[in-house]
Amino acid sequence: MSDTAVAPSGPLGKILTPSRASGLRTSGTTLASSLIAVLIALAISALMLFITGKDPVAAFTTMIDTAKNSDKLLEMMRRATPLIFSATAVAIGFKMNIFNIGVEGQYLFAALMAAEAGSHLSLPGPLHVAAILAVALISGAAWAGISAYLKVRKNVHEVISTIMLNYIALSFIQWIFNSFFRDDSVEGLNVKTTIIAESGWLPDIVEGRLNSMFIIALIVVAIFWVVVYRSRFGFKLRASGYNATAASTAGISATKMTVIALLLSGAVAGLVAMQSVLGETHAYGPSATPIQLGFAGITVALLGRNHPVGIVVAALLFGFLDSTSAQLQLAEVPNSIVKVMQAIIVLTVVIVNEAAVRRANVRTAERARAELAAGGAA
Amino acid sequence: MSTTTTSITSANISMSPRMRVAMIGISLVAIMSVTRLWTGFDNLTSSGTIGAALRLTVPIMLAGLAGLWAERVGILNIGIEGMMILGTWFGAFGAWKYGPWIGFLLAILGGSLGGLIHAVATIRFNIDQVISGVVMNLLAFFGVRYLSELVFVGQPQGGISQSPPQSFAIPKIDVPFLAGGPVGSSTTPDALGWLEERGWFIIGDLSGMTRGLMSGLSLASLIALLLVPLSAWVLWRTSFGLRLRSSGEAPEAAESLGVNVIRVRYIGLLISGGFAGLGGGFLSIISSSYYRQGQTAGRGFIGLATMIFGNWRPSGILGGAAVFGYSEGIKLVAGGSITGLFLFILIVSAIIGLISLLQRNIKRGSTAIGIGVIALIAYLTVTEVPESLTQSLPYVITLVVLATASQRLRPPAKAGVPYRPGGGH
Amino acid sequence: MSSTLAVELRGIGKRFPGVIANYDVDLNVRSGTIHAVVGENGAGKSTLMKTLYGMQEPDSGTISVQGSERRFKSPSDAISAGIGMVHQHFMLADNLTVLENIILGSEPGRRGVIDMKQARSRVEEIMSLISSELDPDMPVSELGVGERQRVEIIKVLYRGARILILDEPTAVLVPEEVDELFATLNTLVSEGATVIFISHKLDEVLQVSDDITVMRQGTTVAETTPQQIDRSGLAELMVGSELPSPAGRTSTIGDNVRLAVNGLTVAGVEGRPAVDNASLTVRAGEIVGIAGVEGNGQYELCAALLGLLASKGTVAVDGKDLTKASTRQRHDAGLAYIPFDRHREGLMLNAPLWENTLLGREDEEQFSRGPLVDAASIRSYTVDIIERFGVLTPDESTPAFALSGGNQQKLIVGRTLTTNPGVLVAAHPTRGIDVGAQAAVWDEIRRARDNGMAVLLVSADLEELLGLSDTIAVMFDGQITATLNPDDVTASELGSYMTGAHKEVTS
Repeated sequence: MSDTAVAPSGPLGKILTPSRASGLRTSGTTLASSLIAVLIALAISALMLFITGKDPVAAFTTMIDTAKNSDKLLEMMRRATPLIFSATAVAIGFKMNIFNIGVEGQYLFAALMAAEAGSHLSLPGPLHVAAILAVALISGAAWAGISAYLKVRKNVHEVISTIMLNYIALSFIQWIFNSFFRDDSVEGLNVKTTIIAESGWLPDIVEGRLNSMFIIALIVVAIFWVVVYRSRFGFKLRASGYNATAASTAGISATKMTVIALLLSGAVAGLVAMQSVLGETHAYGPSATPIQLGFAGITVALLGRNHPVGIVVAALLFGFLDSTSAQLQLAEVPNSIVKVMQAIIVLTVVIVNEAAVRRANVRTAERARAELAAGGAA
Repeated sequence: MSTTTTSITSANISMSPRMRVAMIGISLVAIMSVTRLWTGFDNLTSSGTIGAALRLTVPIMLAGLAGLWAERVGILNIGIEGMMILGTWFGAFGAWKYGPWIGFLLAILGGSLGGLIHAVATIRFNIDQVISGVVMNLLAFFGVRYLSELVFVGQPQGGISQSPPQSFAIPKIDVPFLAGGPVGSSTTPDALGWLEERGWFIIGDLSGMTRGLMSGLSLASLIALLLVPLSAWVLWRTSFGLRLRSSGEAPEAAESLGVNVIRVRYIGLLISGGFAGLGGGFLSIISSSYYRQGQTAGRGFIGLATMIFGNWRPSGILGGAAVFGYSEGIKLVAGGSITGLFLFILIVSAIIGLISLLQRNIKRGSTAIGIGVIALIAYLTVTEVPESLTQSLPYVITLVVLATASQRLRPPAKAGVPYRPGGGH
Repeated sequence: MSSTLAVELRGIGKRFPGVIANYDVDLNVRSGTIHAVVGENGAGKSTLMKTLYGMQEPDSGTISVQGSERRFKSPSDAISAGIGMVHQHFMLADNLTVLENIILGSEPGRRGVIDMKQARSRVEEIMSLISSELDPDMPVSELGVGERQRVEIIKVLYRGARILILDEPTAVLVPEEVDELFATLNTLVSEGATVIFISHKLDEVLQVSDDITVMRQGTTVAETTPQQIDRSGLAELMVGSELPSPAGRTSTIGDNVRLAVNGLTVAGVEGRPAVDNASLTVRAGEIVGIAGVEGNGQYELCAALLGLLASKGTVAVDGKDLTKASTRQRHDAGLAYIPFDRHREGLMLNAPLWENTLLGREDEEQFSRGPLVDAASIRSYTVDIIERFGVLTPDESTPAFALSGGNQQKLIVGRTLTTNPGVLVAAHPTRGIDVGAQAAVWDEIRRARDNGMAVLLVSADLEELLGLSDTIAVMFDGQITATLNPDDVTASELGSYMTGAHKEVTS
């Protein structure tokens, strides 16, 4: 039809079909605007450091030096692993315009349950690990399920319910841990659940530096990509996100989609602390299990624009930034600047992206009108 | 105003909404009094508890008002928590360096700064309002850590998550004659205190509750409470308030009548941030005398909840915040008395259940009876509620209330809907 | 009436990205008259009025009010020149009271505090002027359509408007309310005001106006009066050629009932049902048209048939009882829907056209490969629809927002008709589509009907309704109040049934 009017001629035209071209244009816009935004954010951060009397040059050179250390690169991947899970969990919700801010509570609850269950099991290697993962998935989904029920049956907005459940989770976990699951046979301040037997340990890729959980994270992201962008279920999910009314008019049950999205999101959230439980401390404990990863996941998802590739890149970036905090301390730069920088980067990227997308849409509409006016279609 | 008809068994009683609220209030006090007498927990309605409850109510109420001023202009403000955090930090900083009043001023400014960022992001750049709010919270949380690292580290008792304590305090008031406050240099009788000690049915409770509001009353609390009727007056009786509300109800209509909706929204968010900052300042200047990381403990979100089930009205927000303040006050002053609350819930649900069944509302009746049975079991078996669980009480209450109250609410029509001026249709 | 001009527009031009909305527009409105501006959808009438009201500035041309040239940078400027506008889509805040809506932006009082007493007395003064009895403290949400329009008029008068612009004021009114409105307009004009109103309802224009200006494709083409021209003359000026006349049919209606609705009741607001005990049947090859003013339950009827709203009563398609079925199940049973509001109910604006075509059909075998979507097959399917229905778009990957409203509608009609539904529920299927393509869509619907499809057609376009339907059912207040034969009934007769004035026992 009008393919001839728009596409380049010859063999290139066959590869660069209009649909692929417009797709590339969109990704290109997103990538370019994100890079610009990151630069703007770095500039703002430098300004902040400068105003408060610290040396931005020292900060940035320290960071760049850290990058040259291959050990640090492994640490970057190690830190990125839980962020990938967390961001994917959040992104699943975002695809449907559902804000799962409750990843924090979901993953801590899952970590407790999985660690405790794992400590009571004795199964051959792979099965033991699989069982622990299963408990984590189910627990995370269960905790998210509470929000799903409240949203679908009681019309409670998921933002407030997931945030409330975060706080409730902290209390609940503390109570259960202290009353039932705590292993008091081990001395010391670092209380934990009973350590899991070795059959339930996930081996490292690089001994002591990077765990196989990183590979699992990449696999999960790949599954996310296939499911959301290529599968029928994923289409329904995204359709509900585009226009929930149109989707339900077409027969896609908004209720069903909401529940499934939240449960899946919670399940993936459950994996956030599994690197710690399966590969590092092999237990759950208030000091042993890292916190704040749920909120970090939100920033990574936003930075990665809820796209699988973006999420991995953003997670690695944040993982890298986090790994620089020790060096920054030595260079006498307050290392809390790292977290502030991350927040500024996210805000800037979201803003710049929004503006860029809006302008791109206007241009798409104009281009469409122009092509039609130029006497294209039948 | 319209009247509502309440039918109790076969009698038809019609009363105005104000009377209805008063009747319910008196009934609840009566039931609480019965509970007190039965269980012997005098703390349930003591002036000590109510005084603590007031101090705990104010920050939540201010957070609720912050949400109100934003949503009434049409913008969701999930970032109240972050703006409160800014308030706690700047308030503590100002109070430590210059004194409590400057502290409050800086707290308000700090919160407003957060409000400004949220405003620019959502109004100028049209970012999703929820996302902007969530990022605000993170920005504030880590931002004040950075600031603490710059300013508090190295100071006595200061550190990255705590500020040095303040040395000046805001004066407290004791009302003369009713609560034994001084007149000139002489002391006056403590009438309410005397009545409270007698412990008579209802009178004793009312005296205790009133005295709680009148003794040890911080000047800051008094001013904060006055902001409730002030907000109502401004919103409903002034041009500014009408234009503000219209920006959240029908921005296109307002625009077509010459209202600068964009400017009004900016102002609304600055006010919202200011209220949140004030609430935060209250936490770090009145409730305690230093800044501590995590001080806000989700009060920003609880404030949003009170806004929702206060039906976006200042009086409702005060009422909702009071419920939270009271539950936290009980926990603080007399942890053991919490089991008395089970009895209270039991009696209230039993009454609601009976009335509902008589009105043939089976669903509500059986739910109420069910809750009553659970309360009965809890009352009989639980002697002490573990600390870690009571911590979650306000959040659980928030969820329960939101789950049950969503029906009859009236949010501003265009809250959360992004607006582009000159659009129309 | 006088010969001085209340409003004079000379050479007004206005363009938007890609579209020339107005060019070279001249308008002469005499003081103390009712002046109608007529034209089809898209003729540029609304844009012109927005310019006159100061909502946008013209690219070229001049505006003169009462002889002096003015520039309006915002509605406030127009308001201070004595111009007031009553919009087609009311600009009212539902949760605010009548009084608050009226005084917004011009509140009486000192230093920011509203003087409620003064506000109230001024408003009540205006209300008695136009004999309106509204309660100033009632929230607007509780008012009916005609009452809301009254509030809009009071709003305008409150600000001292001497020149009133009304944009399609009778679009949502029943004939009774239209008469009331015209009486009000005549009262205002006798008090010295000037009224400009936009309409495409030619009978009303001829009935009430003193002068008429005709617009077509962005510019003024004629100035005339009701004395000088008649209905068909006006129509010809508006369209530039004759309207297509409805064609007859050659196929016959089958015997089997494909859609059976019995006692359908849908809950509405404040205890009054939106659909009240409605029953109808549609046979194979039959088109049943639902006539009625928008807002009398047509949307709720359609939504209930699709399972989008809860309802009592029964719905059966091809004999199968679908009363308890989900929307998806109803689609599977052969029920299809062209929605009322294409943006809200029909399209994912940010998604490419092919994903919009896939919506609701992702589980069909032809479009899936196991759990995955077969993108290639749905893309080529979409290209077919684009060609067959003449959707103007660069390609199937273009996002839906980039298409004009008419082309979006064509895509929706195309994707729905190509599912070969057994029963089609169509709500103004050709809304926004230009006249030429409209006829093509009607042909497609007729062709499917000839192949046995049953159609339930809801339309406010009486040409469409009368032209396509075999039977017309009138809906008023949620009830089906009359069943009529389109060959016999006239437009005015239909109009009176639509207001509920006559209630006929249904056959």
